[in-house]
Order: sequence, then structure tokens, then C-alpha cells
Amino acid sequence: MKYELVMGLETHVELSTESKIFCSCGGHSAANEPNDCVCPACSGMPGMLPVMNKRVVELAVTAGLMLNCDINRYTTFDKKNYYYPDLPCAYQITQINHPICTNGLVTVKTSQGARDIRIKQIHMEEDAGKLVHSGNSSYVDFNRTSVPLIEIVTQPDFRSAEEVVTYLNKLKAMFRSGGISECEEGAMRCDVNISVRPEGSEEFGVRTEIKNMSSFEAIEKAIQYESQRHMDALEFDTEELVQETRRYDDASGKTFAMRNKETEADYRYFPDANLMPIVIDDEWLERIKADKPVAVDEKAEEYMAAGISQKEIDVLLSDGKISKLLDDTVALGCDRKDSATWILTDCAGVLSKAGKTFADGVVTAEKLSAIIKMVADGTINRNAGKKVLIAVVEQGAEPVAYCKEQGLDRKVDASAIEGVIDGVLAANPKAVEDFKAGKVKAMGALFGACMKELKGAGDPAVIKQLLEQKLAQ
Amino acid sequence: MNQFAVMMNEKGNIAVDDTLLIKDVPATAGSRILEGFTPLFSAEAVERLQQKGYTVAGKTHVGEFGLDLVGEFSYYAPQSGALQGAAASAVAAGDVKAALGVDMNGAPRRAAALAGVDFLKPTYGTVSRYGVISCAASGEQVGVYGKDAKNVAELMAVIAGHDPKDGTSLKNETYDYTLADVQGKKVALVTDLLQKADEATRAKVLAFADELKAAGVEVVEIDCDLFALANTAWQILMCAETCNNVSRYDGVKYGHRAADYKNIDELYVNTRTEGFNFLTKAVILYGSDVLSKHRYKDCYDKSLRVRRVVSEAIDRLFGQYDALLTPAAFAASFDAYEVKDAFGKVFAQSECTAVANLIGIPALACHGVQLLGKAFDDALLLSLAAAVEKKGE
Repeated sequence: MKYELVMGLETHVELSTESKIFCSCGGHSAANEPNDCVCPACSGMPGMLPVMNKRVVELAVTAGLMLNCDINRYTTFDKKNYYYPDLPCAYQITQINHPICTNGLVTVKTSQGARDIRIKQIHMEEDAGKLVHSGNSSYVDFNRTSVPLIEIVTQPDFRSAEEVVTYLNKLKAMFRSGGISECEEGAMRCDVNISVRPEGSEEFGVRTEIKNMSSFEAIEKAIQYESQRHMDALEFDTEELVQETRRYDDASGKTFAMRNKETEADYRYFPDANLMPIVIDDEWLERIKADKPVAVDEKAEEYMAAGISQKEIDVLLSDGKISKLLDDTVALGCDRKDSATWILTDCAGVLSKAGKTFADGVVTAEKLSAIIKMVADGTINRNAGKKVLIAVVEQGAEPVAYCKEQGLDRKVDASAIEGVIDGVLAANPKAVEDFKAGKVKAMGALFGACMKELKGAGDPAVIKQLLEQKLAQ
Repeated sequence: MNQFAVMMNEKGNIAVDDTLLIKDVPATAGSRILEGFTPLFSAEAVERLQQKGYTVAGKTHVGEFGLDLVGEFSYYAPQSGALQGAAASAVAAGDVKAALGVDMNGAPRRAAALAGVDFLKPTYGTVSRYGVISCAASGEQVGVYGKDAKNVAELMAVIAGHDPKDGTSLKNETYDYTLADVQGKKVALVTDLLQKADEATRAKVLAFADELKAAGVEVVEIDCDLFALANTAWQILMCAETCNNVSRYDGVKYGHRAADYKNIDELYVNTRTEGFNFLTKAVILYGSDVLSKHRYKDCYDKSLRVRRVVSEAIDRLFGQYDALLTPAAFAASFDAYEVKDAFGKVFAQSECTAVANLIGIPALACHGVQLLGKAFDDALLLSLAAAVEKKGE
């Protein structure tokens, strides 16, 4: 049976504010020592009251505007109760009843086409601290407590891991361009709600939630593992699926059920009487709108969505010729991220060595895409690809023809390889004799000579096998 | 009994209840759970008084987290015989001119009524709660004990006004506590509460009503059934908020930590078992229950709705009357009793006081009675009390 994957995401994003959400502690990310960045408020001492950091509201609204949300003019905070030593007040301040943004929409484009992802809500909340374990003791570090977060909750609209990763890359691009978050390692954390159903079914399958992942690679792998587990359970009755919270273990590539207790916890949410409702009037909203970057740089967003790093994007966008070369190469059917690496690393290096620049136009999208495609489909290896590129830059070579001429093609047929081997064996009778006399090392010398003759073309494993066969005769 | 948990300055002219913080002075809120805790900053109200030249004699004992009747269940000063509040007694004895207290469930008002001094629970949001060992944020307020209304007004003028460190502090910079003429004012005497009070209390209330009349105030008797309703709602909200706010006392960061524990769960359980008294534990259990998934709608959420209904009904009453006159408690004195009976006793007595915490209106205990006014009419209540005090001179 064919199955459809159904996923919803909860993404926590750390906001780029100077101070924490309810106190004036700042610079937690630069703090070297545990508890360097704490005050009586964010360490839960009696007598301190939370005071709202307005910047947090503004950044949350900006995020909402970018994700096409309704901005709720009346928004309130609630307390979520649970005991854990890294939570100094034994409650987390968050938003349940009146979140700041609701009802948004974002489109993700993947190889499968475009899909609209509905945003259920965005709410503001504070982060918890962390525990440090040492020997028989545990210590608390409150540097991170009350660091402002927004949580973006989607509807169950994702149908593939690719869509999830594309969405996350898109959020990252938007939030960086909007000054909402630096989205550095660990500043974006994700919970994935996942279920599987027979294709065409309207009903949802049993849902599991994989908690707290921060690397996109892990998220992708976790989704692959978990969806396969669901499908196996449905198809082969391998196990009974239950609604539960799971944790992804990067080392084993598997997900594991967390203690049931945690999923059944009653957090006893209720309004926080220390924080008055926030009313966002027209004037404030207009001011936030005016401060929002006029238009998110669509190109940067596109690049970011492809997983290209900010540093690379900066270089790509610094020169129109470079970004055009990338776009044209992609238009010819190459992967965006792969092409970016070719352009920024290989082309830039080879051009500079040859004393040329992109402006000289020696590397065209047609030639570059030909090289990238040959490497991608295994016709030539990555190093051979680089050689071709050098030839393109230095001699204006045509990649496909050049590969044939130079015999770089790994897919050279066995007869051609055999011919080369025969030639090498004929030219090195001494080595052949040595090998037959039991000197195994002689084999290495003969193999090296073959490889040299083939100029890197052909599959080394195949060459070795043929060589052994010939010598055994 | 010694009224002071910590003596700071023999010559000081004010006392501060141990539910408020003073920098570098141990603070416990009468609870073992905060044993050894020393705050890094002072409450805003204390700071403002010190800036105006007032000096603090010391920290006065309070019942654990201010949850009891008048302050009888402090871990540090158990009481026997006839109960009394420490700060109110210190003011009554003339040890200090005035004192600061936190009114969360009426304890300071009851204590003032017993001791024959005044205590004003101001309009919610007029005095900063910064530096209060907070339990029920939505209804607690820092107030003033004084020998008379003039005295209370003098301190209120210093401590009231906006504080950016408290998100619930109202934006007004200052408030006017000038005592004014009350002739022609209309006060409603709430008869339902009067009927529930003991003989001595009834006599005090009626005597106060007579004094008001003599001062030219019109006194009208009314029936009002809102008090019991308001009390139930406030006890639910107060227990819920207190349960949540004392959750932070877990033995991890400061205060008492149990000596015996093998893991974090045992550390929590043993610390809190040893650290809280029976009354606080009862409040935690009730509070936890009314916030639980199954009870939230019928208990907590309903109480929020009752708060709104009561507030509107009381507003309508204040359209007709300038103030309400009630007993501060149903009994004119209390004898020592077991802490396991405290929850019920406090619940019963709070019927007189809870409405002010629930909807944030000002309440003044004076001469063994209580006056309630509409929001921001604190000065009017003080003026009414002053009119009676003048008569009595």
C-alpha cells in the first residue's frame, strides 16, 4: 500500500534582543561562566517581578507579518507549571489563551512543487536554563533562563522531510534578514509531530512527536526513521503505534519513546497575574511595520532555503554576475547548493589562479552545468571535474568533448581498460615476473602504472579486478 | 512576645512585615522554607520610605506567607493564648509609628482590628509589589498599619505611585491622600455580615456607625449577598496563585534544603515536607486541584468570571454609596488553635475581607471595623476614619 506522511512542526526560535524577556540581563550568549548572566528575576528569587521587554513583542509581530499572520491586538501570558531544577520559578511564562499571532501562511517550494503551510500560531515564551552534571552532583546554570523565544506552530501540512527542511531554511532566511534571530546553531529547535496514513485517506494516523532537535540533518533523518517505523507498523504489524513523545538519537539514527509520565503531565496552565495584557494599538503596529525590512530579499531567502550558508550568500549577492551564473546553472538542471559550492570554491579558485574573474565570462552556465552533471551522474569523479574546469578556464575547453579526449570518463568500457592493462604488462615484464614469483608489492606498481595511463578515468575497483585476472592467467 | 523577627535599629520609627524584602536582612515570610535566605535588594515601598528619612526598626513576624488569620503560624514565633499580629501590636504599643504589611487574604486587616490600630489595603496597583514575597499576585497589595488615619495617609503618600519594576503598577505618578471633610457622605452598613458577627464585633460596628452619623455622614443599612460569593472565588484564585508562586521554593537555589535525599525528587519532597506548615500545604493542594485539567473550567475559570460579576455589582453599589461599612472579622478576638484547623477558620473569617483582594478595591480596618470604597477612594476611607477618630478624641 502507498502511504502518505503527515507532519506538523513546532519551532522554537531564540530572538535577537539585547536583554532577556522579563529582566534586563543581557549578553547571555557571550557569558563564559555559568550564571554570569543572571539576576534575582531570572534566577527565581522572591520579590522580583517580570517586566515585559517590548522589543520581544515587536520581533514577534515582525515574524508574524513575515509569515502572513493575523496580529492579535490583545495578547496575554500564562504560566506553565512543572518542576525541574533548570526552571528556577518551577513555571515557564508562555502564551496559551491569547497568543500574539495566529492564522498565517507560508509557501515552501521543493522538487515536488509548491505547498502552502498554514501557521496555527506564534507565541512568545521564556527559555529554561541548563543542568551541568559532574560526578555525583548536578549543577544549574541560569544563563539561558528567560532568554526570549518565539514558538511557531504549524498545522499538519507537511508531506515530506524535504518540505520540512525547506520550510526551516526559509524561516532561517527570513528571520536573519528581518533581524528577528541570528538562527545560530541551537538557536532554532524543532518538535516534529508525525503520522502516516494510506494515500487518499482523510483520517489522521496515530501521531507521535519527536522532541527538541536542532540540526536540520538530524530532523531529516529522524523523520525518515520515524515515518518508516510507522509504515512498517501499518504494513507488517511490527508493533502497535501509540500516541507518545519520542526522542531522536543521532548516534543510532533511531527514535526512542520518552517516559510516558512526561507526555501525560498536566501543566496546570493559568494566566500570569504579574503581566498585564499587552494591547497593540494601530500606532504601535504601524511603527513595527515601518521598521520591518521593506521586502525580504527574495533571492537570499531562496538561497537560504537551499541550505546555502549566510557567508556564501553574501558573496553570491555581492556580484550580480556570480548570482546570475548560479541561477543560470540551476536553470539548466543543477542542484542549487552544489552549484553554489562549485562556483564559490572551485570556479573562484581556478579563475583567480589563472588571473581571471567571473566577469571574463570564460565559465559559462552551459559549461559549468555540463561538468556538474557529469560529476553528479558518476561519469567523472569530483577531481576529474576540477581538471575539466581548469581546462575550461585555461584553454576554453568544451567539458564533454574534453573528458572523452582525455579519457577522464570513468565509464570507459572494459575493453579500453583491458587494452591499457595489456600495454602496461607488456612494458613491465620485470614486475610481472616479480609478482608471479610471489612479490605481492609488484601488483601495486602495475596498478599505479595503469592508473597513470588511464589518467584517472575508469573505476579503480574495476581496473584492479581486471589487472588481477590478467596476472592470474 | 517579641514582635520582631529581625531587629535592625532600636531607634527606627517604622516596622516592616517579613513578607517584604530589605536588602541584606534575612527574609523568611514566617516560613522554614526560606530559612537563611537574604535578599539582594529592598522592596520599593521600603526604599521610598527610607529615602524620605524613615528608619526601619526591624522586620516583624508574619504567619507563614501571610496565609493565616492574624500571623499566628510563624515558624519562628509560635503563638499561644489570645492571638495577635506582630506589626499591629508593635504599632499599638507605640514601639513604632507605623508599619508596612502585605494584605493577601485579610490577615493585616484582622490583626489591626484586634489591636485597635488602622491598616489600609490600598487600591490594587497603587503601591509597587516589587520586593513582596509574592503569593497571590492578582490581589495582594502592600499596605500601611498606623495608629490613626492621618498616620496611614502620611506613609501612603510616600509609597504610592508608579514603579516601572512592577508590571501591575498603575501609571499614575502620585496619589492624593489629603484627608477631607466627609459631611454629607453616604455609607452603607452591610447587615448580612453584621448578623454573622459576635456581640463585641457588632457593638463596635454599630458604635462606629453612630460616630459617622454624628460626623454628618448618612448611614444606610443594606443587604448584600456578594461577600460569600466573592470569598469563595478569591480563596480559589488565591490558593491557585499561591500554589504556583511557592513552587519555586524547592531546596535547589536558596532557603531550606532537606538533609536527606537520594535524588532530585526526594530533594523536592523532603524539603517541601519539612519547609511548609500544614496550612501552606493545604493551600498548595487546593490550588493545585483547582488548576488541574479536570477542574480548571469549573473552579479557576469560573472564579475569574465571578470576579468580573462581583466587580460590576460592587461598582453599582458604589454608584449609590460612597463606602461600605462591615466588620473586619466576625470575632473580636481569637484564641490559639491547631494549624490543621487553619484553612477552615481563615476561609470563614475572610468573608469580610476577600472582596477587596478579589476586585482590587481599597479596604481600611479601623476601630475594629472595616470600610470598603471604590477604586482610588482610599483617601475617602481614611477621611471617614479620621472623622470618627476626631470625635473620639
